[in-house]
Amino acid sequence: MSAREEVTETADAASEQRTADTAESAGRAEVRRHLLLSTPALIVLFSAASGPLLIMLVYSFLSAGPYGGVEWKISLDGWFNVLLQRDIFDESLSIADAHISILWRSVKLSLLTTLTAFVLGFPTAYFIATRPQKSRNLWLFFITIPFWTNLLIRTFAIMEVIRNKGVINTILTSLGLIEEPIQMLYTDFAVMVGMTYVYLPLMVLPIYASMEKLDFRLVEAGYDLYATRFKVLRRIIVPLVKPGIVAGSILVFIPALGAYVTPRILGGGKNMMLGNLIGLQFGQGRNWPLGSALALTLLALVMVALLVYVRSATKSGDGHG
Amino acid sequence: MAEGAQDSESGAATSGAVAIETRDVTKLFGSGETEIRALDGVSLTIRENEFFTLLGPSGCGKTTLLRLIAGFDHPTKGQILLHGQPIGHLPPYQRPVNTVFQNYALFPHMTVAENIGFGLEMLGKPRSEIKATVAQMLRLVKMEALASRRTDQISGGQQQRVALARALAPHPQVLLLDEPLSALDYKLRKEMQIELKRLQHETGITFVFVTHDQEEALTMSDRVAVFNQGRVLQVGPPHEIYDHPCERFVADFIGDTNFLKAEVLAADGQRAKLRLASGAEISAALPENIDADGQVTIAVRPERAVLCPQGKTALLHGELHNIVYCGTDTHYHLTLPDGGPFMARVQNTRSGQALFGLGEKVGIAIEPEAIQVLRD
Ligand SMILES: Nc1ncnc2c1ncn2[C@@H]1O[C@H](COP(=O)(O)OP(=O)(O)OP(=O)(O)O)[C@@H](O)[C@H]1O
Ligand SMILES: [Mg+2]
Repeated sequence: MSAREEVTETADAASEQRTADTAESAGRAEVRRHLLLSTPALIVLFSAASGPLLIMLVYSFLSAGPYGGVEWKISLDGWFNVLLQRDIFDESLSIADAHISILWRSVKLSLLTTLTAFVLGFPTAYFIATRPQKSRNLWLFFITIPFWTNLLIRTFAIMEVIRNKGVINTILTSLGLIEEPIQMLYTDFAVMVGMTYVYLPLMVLPIYASMEKLDFRLVEAGYDLYATRFKVLRRIIVPLVKPGIVAGSILVFIPALGAYVTPRILGGGKNMMLGNLIGLQFGQGRNWPLGSALALTLLALVMVALLVYVRSATKSGDGHG
Repeated sequence: MAEGAQDSESGAATSGAVAIETRDVTKLFGSGETEIRALDGVSLTIRENEFFTLLGPSGCGKTTLLRLIAGFDHPTKGQILLHGQPIGHLPPYQRPVNTVFQNYALFPHMTVAENIGFGLEMLGKPRSEIKATVAQMLRLVKMEALASRRTDQISGGQQQRVALARALAPHPQVLLLDEPLSALDYKLRKEMQIELKRLQHETGITFVFVTHDQEEALTMSDRVAVFNQGRVLQVGPPHEIYDHPCERFVADFIGDTNFLKAEVLAADGQRAKLRLASGAEISAALPENIDADGQVTIAVRPERAVLCPQGKTALLHGELHNIVYCGTDTHYHLTLPDGGPFMARVQNTRSGQALFGLGEKVGIAIEPEAIQVLRD
């Protein structure tokens, strides 16, 4: 830098111009080299993420082909049909009740799943974090065991537990507590139980990660200052592990919102969720534009959830977590 | 301090009533080979309004004792009483005891003011009272300017002051302070020492103060308990601890001391006739519970030894091998005939040369009261 300053001072305007030129072309070469090096990453990003998204976006504005696929004719029908439907006979528009109820069920079940996972996962994470250092890894291993099994098998296992002649009903009947089996399978409840089971580790792990960093001497300080157990939990532990709680909730909510296998098996045909509705459009429904539009709607919902996450994460403070 | 709490007690000196009593408290950590005896049969009586100091080297169990009093941990054996009532069954949040933690333990998600107000808030005090007390505490610890800072954005010394204010705000009956001044610089520490002393006097709160700084213990305390390896060695007012240490560890830990071997010639329970290694005979007071026969160790403080020309009045004599000038006084290091070291501290009342020269043989005169017989 100082060398160049000297040059500027002593040399005439022409040589000054030349110095600037060389600097500029060197800079351009640098940029080119960077671009070249990041090409593989860019290709992967494009083909795996942006590309498919772009295709979906385009498809959602085309019209459906009679046997699936799309016809290259621009149409807003796909987006219309997300929330509206056209009567077959008089062409009048009305709200698509089925879609609304599926959308509502998806959001409701995902929220319920997140809540249940939190209610079960928070004490679990607390339990693990307060074990002696040595045994913590063992407990964490137990938590992740379900991950080692295929999702389908886990879901069928739940089915075995809650079906009419399953474990729970058999026990209750043989104890004489009930006469008729309780219908649990193929209900929203079944879907929620299944999703909670499947996604619980995603709640436990981030909360545990936050909890492990928690200085338990602060908990003692809380007790010392007359806070009861509940107050310590609410005023000290929860605020300090909030980043973990928010992360866990997002990690459960997002996949739950788009769940396909669990509602398909445990919810039966009636209790569809968004994922099943989208799948249907690309299969029997033969309405690819609608499927694409629904998928993008799901994406938008996820984005909203993420926005909430970012907002509350920044609010909870940047110092810790 | 919080209104209403101090009216009858302001300026009160130590009253006779017992605030905290520990009865034969033992605390073990771990088990089997790794068992640690953090406290070993600790029996203490701490009186109301007293400034009571636990003094001892690192790892001797001071924090452990405070944790038992606060209720974070339970004694393996023994009992702790508050105003004569056993408190073993009370959880920490029901004990009228607050702690200034060694590591501060300030809540990182709250501001300085919120930290200080937390205890009052948990007690369900009205908002106006909380606000007033917090303001008062902030003034007290000179932290008004930083009231709305988050506690991870202030310095270590400032954190310590907030921890102090937070523990004082609910006006507990007993305040436990675990080395609360260790992170402060010299000047601020001196200031806070005086401030703490004044506070304790005004509020009538019983202070249980932990330190490993002997000077701090001597200057601030009404009484000091000297700890080592989980055991209480001696309890008493500072001057007694300093002048009449009953064990070698206490004498060594507090101030400088000369240790000499002596032989007991005769003892009548109160006093004993001793013969020093030099052959000189002297009579000295005997502390309680001591086997007064055979060999004992005696302690002599350096400032109680008087150097004189060799002669009759001298009890010992030695050869000067080092003279250290320290401003207010001069330290004379001598070698006794048996090879042992001896140090005498002489106040510099007039300027000029040292009294004696290097290599000179000098006498050491010691009054009988300056001799302390130690329990080994
Ligand atoms: N939770 C624990 N588990 C095992 N050992 C412990 C535990 N807490 C303390 N100790 C041991 O008990 C002894 C006393 O510890 P303590 O913390 O009371 O010392 P201290 O006097 O406060 O020391 P310092 O001046 O360094 O703070 C030490 O040997 C320590 O290692
Ligand atoms: Mg300690």
